[in-house]
Amino acid sequence: MIPTHPLDAYTGPIRTRMGAAIGGERAVFRGYDLHRDLRDIHWVELLFFGVTGKRYSPSEIRICNALLTFTSYPDPRIWNNRIAALGGTSRTTGNLAVAAAQAASEAVLFGGQSFYRALDFLFRARAHCDTGGDLHGFVADDLRRHRAIAGFGRPRINEDERVAPMLALLAEEGFDDGPFLRLARRIEEILLTGRWRYRMNYAGLAAAVCGDLGLTPEQYSLVSFPAFPCGMFPCYLEAREKPAGAVMPVTCVAMKYIGASPRHWA
Amino acid sequence: MTTITTTIWQEVPEPANPYAAQVARCHGYDVYGEMLGHAGWADMVFLLLTGERPDTRQKAMLESLAVALANPGPRDPAVHAAMCGGVSGSPAAACLTAALAVGAGGAGGAREVHRAVSAWHASRGEVGALAAELARVVAEPAIETWPAAEVWPGFDAHSPVCPLPVLRTLDYLAPLSPGAALVTLQQGRQTLETGAGRGLAMTGVAAAAYVDLGMSPDQAEMLHLLLRLPGAAAHALEQAKLGFQKFPWGELELLDDPMRKSSRNDCLAEVES
Repeated sequence: MIPTHPLDAYTGPIRTRMGAAIGGERAVFRGYDLHRDLRDIHWVELLFFGVTGKRYSPSEIRICNALLTFTSYPDPRIWNNRIAALGGTSRTTGNLAVAAAQAASEAVLFGGQSFYRALDFLFRARAHCDTGGDLHGFVADDLRRHRAIAGFGRPRINEDERVAPMLALLAEEGFDDGPFLRLARRIEEILLTGRWRYRMNYAGLAAAVCGDLGLTPEQYSLVSFPAFPCGMFPCYLEAREKPAGAVMPVTCVAMKYIGASPRHWA
Repeated sequence: MTTITTTIWQEVPEPANPYAAQVARCHGYDVYGEMLGHAGWADMVFLLLTGERPDTRQKAMLESLAVALANPGPRDPAVHAAMCGGVSGSPAAACLTAALAVGAGGAGGAREVHRAVSAWHASRGEVGALAAELARVVAEPAIETWPAAEVWPGFDAHSPVCPLPVLRTLDYLAPLSPGAALVTLQQGRQTLETGAGRGLAMTGVAAAAYVDLGMSPDQAEMLHLLLRLPGAAAHALEQAKLGFQKFPWGELELLDDPMRKSSRNDCLAEVES
């Protein structure tokens, strides 16, 4: 007799709490009729609701919307945007180009992985402090082990132009004194007074805000997915307006070769 | 002017076109002057990734590994993903992107291979140390967006059975191998399977093969993604021809249906709460 396999229980219908398209009739999204109950929902709230299953106040949605808007830079030099622009210059489709650029946004130096690590760091720091640990020692130890702290410092410049306007908006909404944001500010003080001179960057600020909104690190990295594409489409489209290959063209001699000397295959 | 630094590729321009290469060298070898016609695909891939041409054994093993990995078949989630693209008329690149993204994962995909190769390197190829390292991957997940490993990397997600194709691949590659990992895996398989509580998987064989080819975890992950694409491509093309009516749609059981709630007010009450 063939023993039962754990997957046998899943060979029937897909059992889901998330939703369904009931063709010709209606659509369900996490327990709501999409066209009836969620007809007027803000798209950003739908995004956050889809990820967390929680509903948000208009004030919170204004903050969430700004979190995504403030990172929408149509600058083709930025690595993920450049992929969209290179897609344009190579005359691929806009959606393929932006899909690839979006995939590359799950990066360590910026984007998805740094988002995740930034909030994970705040979670760990909070847990450490909650058990009576010293925050300064925790920060120094984490920095020593990982050589960097996600959410603080930036790869090219230390200042982050998004932080001040976001803090101003948070103050307007009375959302600038949550426990994670207070913790992030204390960490920034430590990093500024030490020899590291790291400022809180936008990922760190957004991580603190998302922590105060009740998101986990994974949820923070997921809701941040639309943080970049609004800047990518313009990069793609402008590249399309120029001759093919005109985005950052490189001549043969502009490649700085530092490898092996010429050698024979045969 | 944009400058790109590389140890891999060197070009001499056409005299009348600075943007076209007259000569292109890969790690020093003249690709179109000497390699073309003399080097095989495995030679080129190995050279690109490692900086050196493979010796006879490395080349034979890479070619055989490529055959073993080329098509995991339409039940594989990565291939299934490519088929979803193919059946719905998505661009070819989207089909392969689907296969890459789904096949990148930590359960049967390239991230699992990355973790297994990392464990091999950390354990220096000793079975006991390897078992400890594989167990540690599960017990102490890294801080990363990748979902944590649920079972030892390189072993089946659910079953204690090691399928025949996995065994045959291991048995064929081990004697070919220029390194010791595949032979160690062959000899220590039962010990490791007992520890894992699962049968050896193709990812486990592939990981040991990459170790024997001298690859780092990053190189192994990249090559593994590449080697699994041919089947995804073929199955996507096939489903495009067969059409959506022959492609499974599936049944759904909706567990949270607003129609079962007495009124819209129930929904709104939830919103307000």
